[in-house]
Amino acid sequence: MSTLNKAAAPNDENHGDDDGVSVRRRRRLPGTSGPGKTAGVEKRRNLGAGSFALLALGAFVFLFPFYYMFIGSLQTSPDTSVAGAFPDPSNVTGENYTNINNSIDLLKGLANSGIFTGGVIFFTVVFGLLVGYALAQMQFRGKGLVFGMMLLVQMVPFQLLLIPLYVMIVRDYGLADTYLGMILPFAINSTAVFVFRQYFLQLPSTLFEAARIDGASELRILWQIAIPLVKPAIVTAILLTFIGPWNEFLWPFLVTKDQSIQPLAVSLANYISNIAATASNPFGAILAGACVLAAPAVALFIFFQRQFISTNIGSSVKG
Amino acid sequence: MSLPSADGGPATLVTAGHRADRQPAPRKRKNFLGRQPLGLLFSAPYVIYILGVLAYPLGYAVYISFHDFFFTAPGVQVDRPFVGLDNYITVLSDPAVQRSFANIGVFLVINVPLTVGLSLILANALNRVTRLKTFFRVSYYVPYVTASVAVVGVWLFLFQQDGLVNALLGPLAPNPSWLTNSWLAMPTVALFVTWKQLGFFILLYLAALQNIPDELYESASVDGGNKWVQFWNITVPGVRSASVLVTLLATITGANLFTEPYLLTGGGGPDGASTSPVFLMYQKGILQGNPDVAAALGVMLVIGVLLIALIQKRLVGGKED
Repeated sequence: MSTLNKAAAPNDENHGDDDGVSVRRRRRLPGTSGPGKTAGVEKRRNLGAGSFALLALGAFVFLFPFYYMFIGSLQTSPDTSVAGAFPDPSNVTGENYTNINNSIDLLKGLANSGIFTGGVIFFTVVFGLLVGYALAQMQFRGKGLVFGMMLLVQMVPFQLLLIPLYVMIVRDYGLADTYLGMILPFAINSTAVFVFRQYFLQLPSTLFEAARIDGASELRILWQIAIPLVKPAIVTAILLTFIGPWNEFLWPFLVTKDQSIQPLAVSLANYISNIAATASNPFGAILAGACVLAAPAVALFIFFQRQFISTNIGSSVKG
Repeated sequence: MSLPSADGGPATLVTAGHRADRQPAPRKRKNFLGRQPLGLLFSAPYVIYILGVLAYPLGYAVYISFHDFFFTAPGVQVDRPFVGLDNYITVLSDPAVQRSFANIGVFLVINVPLTVGLSLILANALNRVTRLKTFFRVSYYVPYVTASVAVVGVWLFLFQQDGLVNALLGPLAPNPSWLTNSWLAMPTVALFVTWKQLGFFILLYLAALQNIPDELYESASVDGGNKWVQFWNITVPGVRSASVLVTLLATITGANLFTEPYLLTGGGGPDGASTSPVFLMYQKGILQGNPDVAAALGVMLVIGVLLIALIQKRLVGGKED
């Protein structure tokens, strides 16, 4: 089942435009064909008005809180009536952003989130590409073992590791309030390793055999041949990896007590649970902080939405 | 594994070497480690990471849960006697723990069916829509890619006593309000997590829907099967393996619940009605300094999740497993 899907994925893209019609007659490919291409081909499976209304309702439910978050962050005094959901020029202010910035240093928080996330992405890409390439295109003793470990690891529940990791990293190694202590448990994202392996596996092995016969070193083959061919995989892996540390709360919350090193998610959460009660417009300030925390992730995923599609996620999770 | 014919001459050499590698000879050591022994070096950082940050702590968690363990300053050697099942007995006899497991039960009963049902229905509609497809897809996964801490802020705002939700409900608004009502706190948390995670599961179902051949739908409609018949007899069985995965992942996510009870209901309130086991692990292990009890709670939680997962796999997976 899953191999079928993987084999089908590259074909889908190749058939996209040139001989699309004949392919679609036999087997339509809804996921990868764009909106215009399928229109009118098969009226039968086109969507009824009911389903379209359902999708629209879904989009409203998913997006409204984000809209409301932004509106709320601009209100001088919180207006929770129905009318408050619409912008009111007399009630608009940027003050909430100043207020939250006075309580928690937003730029510092963003920078800390960036270092935490960037560190995880760095380790994941560097070491993930190495092991992904080795698993896909190299023959060595213990390869099966490494592959099995990679699959098993994705099933280890984090709650079981919580206490021992805390004991080790905070108590034994004294890495509390350090970036390394935050990064370590997430350093190499196994799902990203799997994505790398899948992409390297799709490259013809003869390509690498030929390069080896020509005397190229493995590192050079990886750097000059393999990596340029899997650039989309790197983008996908970065996006997949980004969500984890950027949004992670529990672990950095446990290892950081010093506000100057806390990621924004942690300092905002501390603000919500401790300080908010004493502020004049707590919700305005909380929502302003929330907008700042949400904006980079949302912007990134809207910008790269093409890379974050079902086939990528599907092949990486299904195995 | 990869085509031996592709590399012609060297392949036969290597195969010969492989057979002979039982007698140690310097020339053949390379072959003993495989054709590209450098692969071991390439894998080394990842393997060290897994062993150090995942495998070792996993064993350590079990060790801690069976010993009288407490925090010490780095480098201090103390005696940590083996106490058998004492920590487990402490955990099981604690009413707060029992409450938290019951809470997670409520959470899963609401969250898992809602997640599976809604994500399949929305993915199915999304799979067939032609207009605004990208817009819908992006709007569905926006909550998933956003930090819980950020969206918790707006949910607090929406669901507070005089918030927008209650303003819309008017006289139907619950009293006390959603998150401070001991009957509604956990269901509201479950609803929040469903909303937050749905986009990811929609993407999983979208991938699975690509595997259902169109001919099935075509012949079904030739035979006069309407949309409902097609949905129940083709779509639902066709994505069964994805349904198993979605059920398991939703359960595991639910068992890991921490941020939401910590922030949405101010630490599992009202009166422990929304505490979660992971929240208690934090409270007992790190705030109160009983890592041994917290580790035992973690082990029990994982065993519980594994049992539920096995049952779910039977129920959702049907006969094919």
